[in-house]
Amino acid sequence: MSLILSVAIIVFIFVVIFQIAKASEYVSILKGEEASRQQNNKINGFLMVAFLVLGFVGIYVCNKAYYGKTQLAQGAASVQGEKVDEMLFVTLIITGIVFVITQVLLFWFAYKYQEDKNRKVFFFAHSTKLELIWTAIPAIALTVLVVFGLRNWFFFTGEPPKGAMVVEVTGKQFGWIFRYPGKDAVFGKKYYKNIDPATNSVGIVWDDTYSKDDILLEQTMYVVKGTPVKLILGSRDVIHDVGLTHFRLKMDAVPGIPTTMWFTPLYTTKEMREKTGNPNFAYEISCDQMCGNGHYSMKGVIEVVDQEEYDLWMAKQKPQYFTAFPEKDPTAVPVAAADTTAKVATAKM
Amino acid sequence: MSHEAALHNHEGHESHGHDDHGHHEHHDTFLTKYVFSQDHKMIAKQFLITGMVWAVLGGLMSVLFRLQLGYPDASFPWLESILGKWAKGGQITPEAYYALVTTHGTVLVFFVLTAGLSGTFANFLIPLQVGARDMASPFMNMLSYWFFFTASIIMLSSLFVETGPFSGGWTAYPPLSALHDASPGSKTGMDLWIISMALFVVSSLLGGLNYIATILNMRTKGMSMTRLPLTIWALFFTAVLGVLSFPVLLSGLILLIFDRNFGTSFYLSDIYVNGVGALSNEGGSAILFQHLFWFLGHPEVYIILLPAMGMVSEIMSVNSRKPIFGYMAMLGSLFAIAILAFLVWAHHMFVTGLNPFLGSVFVLLTLLIAVPSAIKVFNWLTTLWRGNIRFTPGMLFAIGFVSLFISGGLTGIWLGNAALDIYLHDSYFVVAHFHIVMGVASMFGMFAGVYHWFPKMYGRYLNNSLGYIHFWITLAGAYLIFWPMHYQGLAGMPRRYFDFSIWESFKQFADLNRFISTVAMIVFAVQILFLINFFYSIFKGRKVTVLNPWESNTLEWTTPINPGHGNWPGEIPEVHRWPYDYGKDGHDFIPQTTPVGEDETETH
Repeated sequence: MSLILSVAIIVFIFVVIFQIAKASEYVSILKGEEASRQQNNKINGFLMVAFLVLGFVGIYVCNKAYYGKTQLAQGAASVQGEKVDEMLFVTLIITGIVFVITQVLLFWFAYKYQEDKNRKVFFFAHSTKLELIWTAIPAIALTVLVVFGLRNWFFFTGEPPKGAMVVEVTGKQFGWIFRYPGKDAVFGKKYYKNIDPATNSVGIVWDDTYSKDDILLEQTMYVVKGTPVKLILGSRDVIHDVGLTHFRLKMDAVPGIPTTMWFTPLYTTKEMREKTGNPNFAYEISCDQMCGNGHYSMKGVIEVVDQEEYDLWMAKQKPQYFTAFPEKDPTAVPVAAADTTAKVATAKM
Repeated sequence: MSHEAALHNHEGHESHGHDDHGHHEHHDTFLTKYVFSQDHKMIAKQFLITGMVWAVLGGLMSVLFRLQLGYPDASFPWLESILGKWAKGGQITPEAYYALVTTHGTVLVFFVLTAGLSGTFANFLIPLQVGARDMASPFMNMLSYWFFFTASIIMLSSLFVETGPFSGGWTAYPPLSALHDASPGSKTGMDLWIISMALFVVSSLLGGLNYIATILNMRTKGMSMTRLPLTIWALFFTAVLGVLSFPVLLSGLILLIFDRNFGTSFYLSDIYVNGVGALSNEGGSAILFQHLFWFLGHPEVYIILLPAMGMVSEIMSVNSRKPIFGYMAMLGSLFAIAILAFLVWAHHMFVTGLNPFLGSVFVLLTLLIAVPSAIKVFNWLTTLWRGNIRFTPGMLFAIGFVSLFISGGLTGIWLGNAALDIYLHDSYFVVAHFHIVMGVASMFGMFAGVYHWFPKMYGRYLNNSLGYIHFWITLAGAYLIFWPMHYQGLAGMPRRYFDFSIWESFKQFADLNRFISTVAMIVFAVQILFLINFFYSIFKGRKVTVLNPWESNTLEWTTPINPGHGNWPGEIPEVHRWPYDYGKDGHDFIPQTTPVGEDETETH
């Protein structure tokens, strides 16, 4: 019913606007087409300059309302992110100046040079000097941006410093799997045909000795504040993308082709909760590449903690090998009492 | 006057069924005149009206998914009555949301802004402005439309498939688009999508070859290449871009068909699908498709934008009563853009794991495009400077185009820089950028063209007041919708999200989303107003009584008010000068057909 009503109202409004427009056409014929054209020209000329002024007011209002809700207001949470933000402001200033100048000229010229019977137009077909000027100036400005951008780009995509932590991230429809290499700091081999959703979600090859201490986790990963972390990304099914808004980075997770990214987190999750005043703050991993109907809910979390807390957490992790083959778990089999304490420890996590 | 006869023969009957005036020349039946027409002007109108149908459908789709984004918790029972199982309980399902987003993108980019914009105006303007009776091959031209029509029907039919239309985004990246089991939309819907796109490629190749052949071979006497209006140059580069890049998309799609249905592994490797298990495909590259796709996809942006630029240059010069500033620079920048269009595709792929050095080359080439773009903007501004501007609705949309092109072009400098793209990629910042610079700006170019050439198309005027309302609300609306989206992008909000409520980082924009959705609906309604104006004016608009209503220099205004097939009843006029002699030596305008006088200051 409400649908019919709103359709009826819209149709009614259309009819009214249409009739007025029709009538104005008849009036213009009565008044003399030339006279009414000149009048319309004046109105539109005025609207040009009005639009310019209201536009800048609108930009101010929009900025006031929404700047605080962007990441820029909150500040970046990684070394890379700070560079991104810095570059963003430089780009904003350069493009902002061009934006203001060109928009002002456009709407101002439109207003100023609106038709006037007495004006004689200036036959001005070309000027090599002017054209050279506005080829050269953008070229110089862009060179600055390119140099600045490429320096950052090679830093972001270059090798992480020695001693960086390494974590493997695998996307699947619709969630994230994290693998830590364990004590030997080397990942065991994997092959996708070994994937078993219950016990071996990334397809680790158990025959490989390096695989025995690999740790598999879902949903949440831990990294250490101030320590560079390198992520090796992959996907089990379709292309996903590890979007790290707070660290200002993202990289696709492609099936069959490993990709990498690295960053150095600057604040622990706890520190960010205080900094942002949001007790629920989390470093969320968002999937940024369309991956199917659950795309919008493909969330992971990065817990940034200090070294001490990380060591404690790591000590509690059990290699996936023992989950896949419980009978080989040395802590589980020999003494029954030890088994229960281990279970309590896991339950507490 | 020989014009009179042709004028009366066609009067007012360009587009509806009664053909009782068709007794001149040979007998045209309804079928040969309106359906299987080989007249470029009729084919142009067919492209335009089919494009309009798609624009309404595509726009309606955006209204529906904006409803979800703006009012994620509300339920609209009427949605269930029109969408059925896709909106159970009055709320759009994620499947339906992604199908709508995907179809909206595909349809707007290809069917509206490629076929509807460049198909319409290339067909309409090329023969009229170069001084030809028709296209080089009118029959191929007709086929071009009918391939497009068939592609449209197949795309439309995919909306009614049980598993739904394709829903993996208009870029159709495999493996999502290659695996039937990865998403319901990747089943039959995707096969139909590919077939439709393949037919569309055929259509655009048939059209493009024709446009190139006509421009190169069929110019009238005296119409040297540097005397062509900038519209024709823009349409020429557009056609070249299309002919060179669409086949690459087709090859990519063919490989995709093989991967989908015949067990090959061009794009597939190491895949385990939930509920199906490990697939046997090994050794393919999912990224290969992206290279093939964007090798078309980026030139496609210019295929959409160049015709708009050309028309804006022409309309701006006519209505400023002043020559376009820097004709050769405009031409050179079009050429530069056309070349660079082929060398920047990988800037869509900075975060796919692309080799960083290769990435840096693409940064450089991408930002280089800003130079010819800047030249064009400054030249448009200088064209306005010290002119005598008539604000016809066409001129208003041309000015709006420049404003939007500046706004959207400048954010391209952000996104083209890989180190910023690594943050902004696939966020709402990108959505804002390409909607302003490619979507709305090109739409403005299209509107400018429709308002400007409507009198030539139908021998009647559009209603001016409705044109003004249409322009101002659309311009303000476009900025109100897309400007705030930059802020969402700077908050990292990813595009193609059905719902943001579970995200601590992105859920702070609920009120803004509602605002954007509301404005989007108003703007959509105003476009309907334009369509009413359009169709009403075809039959009932104020009649054109003079040959050259805008006092323009170009050749199309030397034809009769309602030109027949063949355009000029007598000889095709000869051209003596470039098309931009406005305000020269005290003359308001000097048509191209006027011979150069002895005392003229400067000849071109």
